[in-house]
Amino acid sequence: MNLPQNLKYTKEHEWITIDGAVGLVGITDHAQGELGDVVFVELPAAGKVVKQGESFGTIEAVKAVSDLYAPVSGTITEVNGALNATPELVNKEPYGAGWMVKITLSNPDEVKGLMDAAAYQAMIGK
Amino acid sequence: MSLKRTAFFDRHVHAGGKMVAFAGFEMPVQYTPGIVEEHRCVRERVGVFDVSHMGEVEVAGADALAFVQNITINDASKLTPGRVQYSAMCYPDGGIVDDLLVYRMADRFMLVINAANTAKDIAWMQENVRGDVVLTDKSDATSLLAVQGPHALATLKKLTPTDLEPLQYYHWMHATIAGVPMLISRTGYTGELGYELYFPSDAATGSTVWEALMQAGKEFGIAPIGLGARDTLRLEMGFCLYGNDIDATTNPLEAGLGWITRLGKGAFIGRDAIRSMKEDGPKRKLVGFTVNDRAFPRHGYPIQIAGVDTGHVTSGTFSPTIEKGIGMGYVPADHATVGAGIEVMIRTKPVAATIVPLPFVKK
Repeated sequence: MNLPQNLKYTKEHEWITIDGAVGLVGITDHAQGELGDVVFVELPAAGKVVKQGESFGTIEAVKAVSDLYAPVSGTITEVNGALNATPELVNKEPYGAGWMVKITLSNPDEVKGLMDAAAYQAMIGK
Repeated sequence: MSLKRTAFFDRHVHAGGKMVAFAGFEMPVQYTPGIVEEHRCVRERVGVFDVSHMGEVEVAGADALAFVQNITINDASKLTPGRVQYSAMCYPDGGIVDDLLVYRMADRFMLVINAANTAKDIAWMQENVRGDVVLTDKSDATSLLAVQGPHALATLKKLTPTDLEPLQYYHWMHATIAGVPMLISRTGYTGELGYELYFPSDAATGSTVWEALMQAGKEFGIAPIGLGARDTLRLEMGFCLYGNDIDATTNPLEAGLGWITRLGKGAFIGRDAIRSMKEDGPKRKLVGFTVNDRAFPRHGYPIQIAGVDTGHVTSGTFSPTIEKGIGMGYVPADHATVGAGIEVMIRTKPVAATIVPLPFVKK
């Protein structure tokens, strides 16, 4: 299973990488594997303000649907439009082309409370 | 309670099967390719399903036919040896105990029942034995593989000297496949050309048959198929799943199973209740619908008509063939017309859906 060391993780299986004031968010390889074939990702419009831990969208797999939770508080500045036509990118490249949103952080301190790769790995027991 | 394993457990794990608890068994929900690819494999090529968790009950004795007639709603007296019939068992109030397949042998029957209901069904059968009837639970002794898809016959032909061509839909015969004597029927739960193979459940026999099928089907792109694709395939055909679309609170008429309900065959358990419902007309009906949005109905989501809750989605999924959300659910009988609109509450949002004829995918 693919678990990049340079990302931060949530217990809801999102990852985030921070570049300056902007975080790039997706779901983990483990999460996409558990979900199975992703067939639709519902994302908000850019400009939406989210709070850490709040649902910002949903991800539909053939078998089940799950919420997407904001790893940090801030404003969503960009969503991955490619997922509209090709939601399977979430399965194929969960840390790359399958990214979901960019968030401008309103409280960068929140990042400190997220898990590193080792803690996330321990949590999922792999 | 520990989970049971079928004779194919190691094969599933080896093939990358994601094993989950299902009806007391550890079964593969999907393999490495995933549900959509497995679904297409069956629609376009050929796939193998391990359905050994299903229950098989043999009914023997001089009063076997009378027993089957009393406990099931279809007319088993119409069956000649070599035929198979889709049927159901009902409670006296018309609620469904289980749906099942009835196999007619020369001097006995085999009833094939849902895994999750095996214990309940057998207790119900025992309770309703009258006269010379011997029930034998063959579930643990029987392996069952379903070979389904346009290349199912071509695959099996390579493994048997028996001519399978004449085997008609809903018929069975004895055949030796991969050197193993077995019962084979032209039945399935996918809507495709397909066969179901019943044979002894020992590991060595299972291994022989599994490997032979995979080898013979290689040129056609055969693959093992999990429970996930089994569900999407059957739902595209509008086939009912016990525990979702039918259960003890639904009766055959409202579930669209009037065609297997033979009120004229003589007395049977549930007949009076079903007859009076037929006279009054069912109050609700099971319908199929497609969702007009990129959202997918799921089991349990409320169905609304003009903003009022009228029922819930009994089965729902993304259809890999028509690539949209499909579902089934009960709606008031006066609203159960093709083309009528309903709303499915997808989480907090009402999403428009349209009642369509079943099956969703025409074969």
